[in-house]
Amino acid sequence: MAKKAQSTLINMLVSLTVIAVVAAAALALVNNVTKEPIEIAKQAKTNAAIKAVLPDFDKLEDLTVDGNLCHVGYDADGNFVGAAVEAGSDAGFGGHLQLMVGFDKDGNVFGYQILETHETPGLGAKADLWFQKGSKGDIIGRTPTAENPLVVKKDGGDIDAISGSTITSRAFLGTVNTAAEVFAKMNI
Amino acid sequence: MKTSDIIKNGLIKENPTWVLILGMCPTLATTTSAVNGMSMGLATTFVLMMSNIVISLLKSVIPDKVRIPAFIVVIATFVTIVQMVMQAYLPSLYDSLGLFIPLIVVNCIVLGRAEAFASKNNVWHSFLDGLFMGLGFTWALTLLGMVRELLGGGSIFGHSLIGGADGMLLFILPPGGFLCLGLLMALINRLRRKSA
Repeated sequence: MAKKAQSTLINMLVSLTVIAVVAAAALALVNNVTKEPIEIAKQAKTNAAIKAVLPDFDKLEDLTVDGNLCHVGYDADGNFVGAAVEAGSDAGFGGHLQLMVGFDKDGNVFGYQILETHETPGLGAKADLWFQKGSKGDIIGRTPTAENPLVVKKDGGDIDAISGSTITSRAFLGTVNTAAEVFAKMNI
Repeated sequence: MKTSDIIKNGLIKENPTWVLILGMCPTLATTTSAVNGMSMGLATTFVLMMSNIVISLLKSVIPDKVRIPAFIVVIATFVTIVQMVMQAYLPSLYDSLGLFIPLIVVNCIVLGRAEAFASKNNVWHSFLDGLFMGLGFTWALTLLGMVRELLGGGSIFGHSLIGGADGMLLFILPPGGFLCLGLLMALINRLRRKSA
């Protein structure tokens, strides 16, 4: 076995520099290979979320309202069928909560998907199913407006909050209300 | 050193989780389900294996005084590769493990094996040590994840065993992680001593 390199200044400089350069080259290579698949994966996730929250559409158009990204759906004849609004709130129990809320052409909630969540597993994280059709906190088909927003029962509203996760439920419904405001502002 | 000793050390005798008690942060944080625990274990195994090989190859050219920064650069490189590959090809897994992938860099098992084993042994033995230490970590995390998922959510690997029940939430939350880890550690160490 070769003798171990001595800890002289020149040896230390050379060995660390070479290791760092090789590491950087390896990472640059992997980054080059994976950049495209990462973009595709992100895009696929967004597309899947849009499909899940909108009525059947043939054409999509993106626009930004008040900093919120909206995906507007049209059918084959160019008629407006609904819009998916991305909205977020920092009032979640674990921090930022980002949703995509889909509305049909009359402004009724058609579906929602959670894009980003840091809520407690088993408690607040249940929001992905809790507010879906047929669940306890069903909001599908509701029409939140500025005068008549969606509110949990504890605060005088009529939506069942997730048991043990009132804070998450408030942040969730608040975000849905924000999305509804954005939808109303789109004026389509 | 015999190959069978290295294998036995990694899996049982010096198991990183149950015996060395290293890397407790990812152990507790990612074992909310069996799949998460197993994926974290396998990602760590890959990093351990690769960093052990490279460090063993480089051991005679790295001067002693800068060995720790050199090891960390090697480890961080492999962790970043895992992170990018996972993000590209397994995005849903990446979402659920998220933050804990980059934290493999500071997992003391990886640096610990580099310092204690790979910097003193040949490439073949270092590779085996990395692989079996990693698999020892993986089975520990998978077992812990299975127990927590079963008690906390009534399912194993996402397959529901107890229909409709919510399970005991405590076990998915951090306190349940500590409880399960401690009790499993006691049980496994009792079995280990009995067989020794």
